[in-house]
Amino acid sequence: MSTRHLLLVAIASGLGCATGRAAPPPATAPAVPAANSQATSAAPKQDSTPPTPPGAGALSAPNADPFPSTYRPVPSGPVAIRNATIITATGPRINAGTIVLRDGKIIAVGANVAVPPDATVVDGTGKFVTPGIIDTHSHLGVYAAPSVDALADGNEMSNPSTPQVWAEHSVWPQDPQFPRALSAGVTTIQVLPGSGNLIGGRSVVLKVVPSRTVQGMKFPTAKYGLKMACGENPKRVYAQRGLMTRMGNVAGYRAQWINAEAYRRRWDKWLAGDKKGEPPSRDLGMETLAEVLRGNIFVHNHCYRADEMAQMIDIAKEFGYTIKSFHHGVEAYKVADLLAANNISASVWSDWGGFKMEAMDGIRGNLPLLHNAGVRTIVHSDDANGMQRLNQDAAKGISEGLVAGIRVSEDDAIKWITLNPAWAIGLDDKIGSLAVGKNADVVLWDKNPFSIYARAEKVWVDGAMLFDRLDPSQQWRTDFELGYVPTRIWP
Amino acid sequence: MRNYNSRAWGLNNRAWGLGRGVAVLLSLMAFTNVVDAQTIAITGGRVHPVSGPVIENGTVLIRAGKIVSVGTNITIPADARRIDATGKWVTPGIVNVATTLGVVEIGAVEETNDTPARGRGDAITASHKVWEGFNPNSPLIQVTRNDGITTVGVVPGGGLVGGQAAMVDLSDGDLGDMMLLAPIAMTADIGSKGEHVGGTRAEVLQRLRDLLADTREYMRRRADYERNATRELAARRGDLEAMIPVIQGRLPLVIDANRASEIETALHLATEFSLKIVISGGAEAWMVADRLASAKVPVIVGALNNIPLSFATLGARQENAALTHRGGASVIINGGSDGFNARNVRFEAGVAVAFGLPWNEALRAVTLSPAEAFGVADKIGSLQAGREANVVIWSGDPFEPMTRAERVLVRGVEVQRPSRQDELMQRYKALPPNYRK
Repeated sequence: MSTRHLLLVAIASGLGCATGRAAPPPATAPAVPAANSQATSAAPKQDSTPPTPPGAGALSAPNADPFPSTYRPVPSGPVAIRNATIITATGPRINAGTIVLRDGKIIAVGANVAVPPDATVVDGTGKFVTPGIIDTHSHLGVYAAPSVDALADGNEMSNPSTPQVWAEHSVWPQDPQFPRALSAGVTTIQVLPGSGNLIGGRSVVLKVVPSRTVQGMKFPTAKYGLKMACGENPKRVYAQRGLMTRMGNVAGYRAQWINAEAYRRRWDKWLAGDKKGEPPSRDLGMETLAEVLRGNIFVHNHCYRADEMAQMIDIAKEFGYTIKSFHHGVEAYKVADLLAANNISASVWSDWGGFKMEAMDGIRGNLPLLHNAGVRTIVHSDDANGMQRLNQDAAKGISEGLVAGIRVSEDDAIKWITLNPAWAIGLDDKIGSLAVGKNADVVLWDKNPFSIYARAEKVWVDGAMLFDRLDPSQQWRTDFELGYVPTRIWP
Repeated sequence: MRNYNSRAWGLNNRAWGLGRGVAVLLSLMAFTNVVDAQTIAITGGRVHPVSGPVIENGTVLIRAGKIVSVGTNITIPADARRIDATGKWVTPGIVNVATTLGVVEIGAVEETNDTPARGRGDAITASHKVWEGFNPNSPLIQVTRNDGITTVGVVPGGGLVGGQAAMVDLSDGDLGDMMLLAPIAMTADIGSKGEHVGGTRAEVLQRLRDLLADTREYMRRRADYERNATRELAARRGDLEAMIPVIQGRLPLVIDANRASEIETALHLATEFSLKIVISGGAEAWMVADRLASAKVPVIVGALNNIPLSFATLGARQENAALTHRGGASVIINGGSDGFNARNVRFEAGVAVAFGLPWNEALRAVTLSPAEAFGVADKIGSLQAGREANVVIWSGDPFEPMTRAERVLVRGVEVQRPSRQDELMQRYKALPPNYRK
C-alpha cells in the first residue's frame, strides 16, 4: 500500500546514502607539506596568513576556506537546568543534577552546582538532559523535501569520481527537514554527497540552525570530509558507462589516488619553495584528494560488506590516508576487530537492511557487537525520519546486546549518538558530551531518551534555546513551510 | 468473498506443505514443543485482551490452538502446560497490516521481488493475487514473528489498481496453513500519476471510475461480453471479474491517498459507487478526520514520518494517528512495510503514543482495528474465547525498544526460534568466526 514510498526509500538508500561530508576546514594554507596521510583529530590550525585582497588574484593558489562559515551563536543569557537526570556521555549519569550554560558554553555540570542568580532556571524534575544529538550521515539540504527532481542535488553522477564537488554547494537552507531534526534534539549533522560515485565529493558539517545561507550553518573550524562509496551503488550507476564490477571500483579509487599523490607532491614542492614563477595548475578534485593525503580532510566511506571494508583499509594504507568512519557498515560486526585495530569508527543503523544484496546480512546485533569489540560505535541515519530517532535506535542496540550477553549501559550507549559521532567529524573537543568548556548543545527530554515515549522538549545550540515543544513561538518554520505546511496546532 | 483458509486451499499445496512441515519439526525439536491439541495456561501476567479492559494477574487458557477463556477465575485443567507470565505483559499477537513479507525478499534483487505486477502495462492488475507468489520459507518470517508480530497483511503495490491482498498468520507450514483470509482487499492508488496511470489526478480518478462502471456493465451483460457483443471495456476480463466483489461493496478497496483532497476524493468515490473503502498512506488524514469518521472509513497510517517528502504529504506529522483518532476515525497503524522491518510496527505504535494517541488505542491500532477492517476480527486481534491463540508474552510494555517478546504463540504453537540474523550474531560474537557452527 505504500510501495511508492518503499520505492522512494529504495532509491534513496541506493543513491542517497553516501559518506562524503564537507566541513569547512580551518583557513589554513593547505599548501604546507604537512604531516601527510594522517587524519588527525587535532585542533585545526589557525590562519596566520592575511587573506588575499580582491583583485590581487595573480596566484590561483588553493584556498582552504573559500566559503567561510558566517555562523554566529544566537545571543542568549545564562541558563540553569535544575534537578534533571543528566546523561553526560563522559561517565555515569548525574541524578538530580544541574547544568549551567553561559556565553554559549557549559560552565558547570554536577549534583551540587550553584545556580547563578542571573540564570534563567529550567526545572528538569523528572526529565533528562543529554548532549545534542550528532548524525554523521545525512543528506538534509542536498536531498531536500519535498523530494522533487528540482531539489535532488546530492549525487553528481556525471563521472564515477567527482572529488571536485562540495555538498555545501547543493544545500538548500530552507529544507523543512532541518527544523524537524532540531525538534528531535539533533544539533550537528554531517551532510554528505550521495553514494552513486566512487568518490562523491566533499561533505560539510552543519549546525541545525535557521539561516539564509549555508555559510550561516557551517560549523566553524570543522574539517571537511570526503565521501567515498563501495559496492553496488557505483557498480549500478555506471554499469552502462564505465564501471561494471567491484574490481572496476577498486581500480577507479587507486587511479584517483595515484593522480592525487602526484598532484600533492607538485603543489607541496611549489609551496615550500620561493613561490616565484608559474604555480602548478589547479585541479579542484585533486586539491580535495591532496588534502586527504595531507590529513586535512577525513574520509567517510560508504561500505556495506565486511570484505570490502578490508579492501578499503588496504587502499588507504597503500596511499597513506586514514578512514575516519565506515558508513552503513551492515557487516561491520564481521570485521569489528579490524576496525578497532585500525581506529576506524563504524556509522551504522540499528536494524535497517535487507533492501539490496550487500545489505542482507544486517543484524540488530551490529551495534552491541561493535561496541563490545572496542570500535567507536555510531548510530547514523541517512534518513530524515530515522535521524529523529537515533536515541530509539540506540535503545534497540542495547536490547539486542542482552541477547548476545553483552551489557551496554545507557550511559555508554549515549556515546553512540553524541561523543562518538563527534569524534568521527573531528569535533569531540567541542561537542558530544556535557563537560565544562564544551559548546552548550543541550537537549532536555521529557522522559528517558531510551524510551519510545521520550520527546525532545527543549533544545539549546551554543547556549541559545532554538526549540521549545511547549511554545509554538519557539519553533522554527522554514520559508518553504509558510502557507504550505499547516501550522502546528499541537504542542 | 472467498475464504481461502487452510481447508479450502488446494490439496496439492497442502500435501507438499505437510511434508516440509514434518522436516521443519524434526529439525527444531530442541526449540519447540509443537503439539496442536495441547492445553496451555498462561498465568499471572498483565493481560491486555484489547476487546476488554486490562486484567491484572490474568490467565489465558488455550486448547488446540484456540483461546478457550481469558480472565482471573479460570480453572486450569490438570493436563495443561503452564507458562508463568508473572511480571510480564500478555497481548494478542501484533498485526502489521501492510507488508511485502514473503513476496519481496531483497527489494533490489528482481528475482526475489514479486510485487508490483506488470499486467498489460495499463496499471490495472485487479486479478493479481499477490499471495500466490508468497514464499513461506522466507527467513524474514522468523525474524518478524520473533518480535511478536503474528499476522501480516501481504499487499501488492504499484499501478492504479495493484491487485488483491491477503492476511496470513506467521505460523509454521505452507501458505495454505498460514492463510487467514484472501482476498482481504483490493488495492488502488489515486495519488500516483505517471505513464500508464494518468497524467493528472482527475484523469487517474476518471480511469478508476471507468473501471468501476465497466465492472457493473460486465456483470449486467456477461452473456453479451462472451459473444463479443459489448463495446470495449476498461479492463481485461480477469480484472473485471476480480473487481466484482469491490463494486458489490463486499471487498474493501484500500485506496492509497495522502493529500487531504485526495482522501476526500476517495470518500466521494466510495459514496458514488457504494464502495467499502479503507484509506492507506493518509499523511493528511488528520485534516479530514471528521469526514473519515462520519463515513466510517478506517485509515492506515504510520507515526514515524513527519517529512513533507512530496507535495501530497505536506501535512505529514507524528501526531497524525492521535489527531485522526481524536476526530473520531478508526486508526490502523502500520509501518515497516518491507519484510526486513515488518517487525518495527510496534515502535510505530509507541511513537504514536508519544505524540498523543492513548496507549490502549495504539495497541488496538495494531491488533483489533486491522482485524475488524479486514474481516478477521472473529479470528485474531483480541484475546477472547474462540479466537486463534496468537498470543505474545512480553518482558514489559510491548512498544518499548528495551522490551523483548519472550514467547510468541501462533495458533497455540510457540514459534520463536533462532532466525538467520540470530545465527549471524552468534557466529560473529567471537572473532574470527567458526564457520562450522
